[in-house]
Amino acid sequence: MKREHLTEDKIEDLIACPKCDAVYDVGYVDKGDRARCDVCHYPLISRRRDAGLLIIAMSSAAFVLVIAALFLPFIKIQRLGFQNETTILDAALAFSDGPMILLSLATVGLIVGLPALRLGLTIYTITPIVFDRKPWPGAHRAFWLSENLKPWSMIEIFVIGTAVALVKLTDLARVELGPAFWMFAVLVILVIVKDTFTCRWSVWRALEQ
Amino acid sequence: MTVKQSITAKELGLVGCRTCEKVWPIGTPKCGRCGAKLISRDHKSLQRVWAWWFAGILAYIPANLYPMLITTTLFRNQEDTIIAGAIQLAAYGSWGVAIIILVASVVIPLGKFFAIAYLALSVGHKTTMTPFQRHVIFEVVEFIGRWSMIDVFVVAILSSLVQLSVVASINPGIAALAFALSVIFTMLSAKAFDSRLIWDKVFEDEKEAKKETQAAT
Repeated sequence: MKREHLTEDKIEDLIACPKCDAVYDVGYVDKGDRARCDVCHYPLISRRRDAGLLIIAMSSAAFVLVIAALFLPFIKIQRLGFQNETTILDAALAFSDGPMILLSLATVGLIVGLPALRLGLTIYTITPIVFDRKPWPGAHRAFWLSENLKPWSMIEIFVIGTAVALVKLTDLARVELGPAFWMFAVLVILVIVKDTFTCRWSVWRALEQ
Repeated sequence: MTVKQSITAKELGLVGCRTCEKVWPIGTPKCGRCGAKLISRDHKSLQRVWAWWFAGILAYIPANLYPMLITTTLFRNQEDTIIAGAIQLAAYGSWGVAIIILVASVVIPLGKFFAIAYLALSVGHKTTMTPFQRHVIFEVVEFIGRWSMIDVFVVAILSSLVQLSVVASINPGIAALAFALSVIFTMLSAKAFDSRLIWDKVFEDEKEAKKETQAAT
């Protein structure tokens, strides 16, 4: 393709890989089509049949789980007649002395705030698209934010961290896992599946129309 | 979907949106679809990469010198740095966990510092590594960097849970804050890197090779 052949409507069908800038001409894309960048192998398109409803269902379920898990017991330990029980919020707020409060705020954000926000934004963006309505106001901004917050949502790391903490604790005390732990474990799977089912290219194109 | 062999948006006089992949004529300030700022090649990105990189290293030093965990049991009060804590776990026989902690809090952060420095320094230079290999390094750094936060979460869980009056209690040390900051700064450093810079030289080489074969025929 040469430069002079590029007219306004020709540009419409082009996409550039965000990682390496290679240009592709996207024509008709069928349901179920996938495409990776030839140069750097970055996934550009991953359409799945009827992914929309599934994404809404999983995001809603995950959202309920995050909120509910906050108030239920997470882990309980016992030793020599003393016992202590913690919730996820207690764990996040463990850093409370002086400047450590910053760390508490960051932890709450990374394991509860941002994951919940991302789920909310996803539901907000995807719902009108799936039901063939006009995108809700600010949907562009919402999806942009949700995409950019992805690395900062760290529930899966928190769950593995819990497993490590449990191993450390077994020498010290008797440990019981509460419902919030299992809810978080399920939550991790829901969020991972939801993210792999979301095709960014399709969502942006739908938001444009 | 047809492939325009190794042609970059820049060469076509276009600029690609890094958020939604849409292509615009070069010079367009903002993506009309998603509203992201459009920059063809973010050369200033290297400055941001280095700024966050130094901040990350600065925070990583106290993270290793000060205690991460303060454990108080009936008879003693023990303060452990990250490495001392891992060694102690290994001494008790929990090799698996000791290795997870060492990898997440020592190997990954140090590897990240080297990897980001290498990527930033190699922009615009010929290297023994192919751009694809460098790109893989970048993807790995982006993917794995977040996992260093694991130790901070372990400390958070232990400190909120182990509060058994006189029997045993665990409290976070100041290193937890320094370490978390170091992880966040290096994540920002990697995020600031414009990976398209890795590829520019290659596309130019390929174009020249094509010209030469055309001239020969």
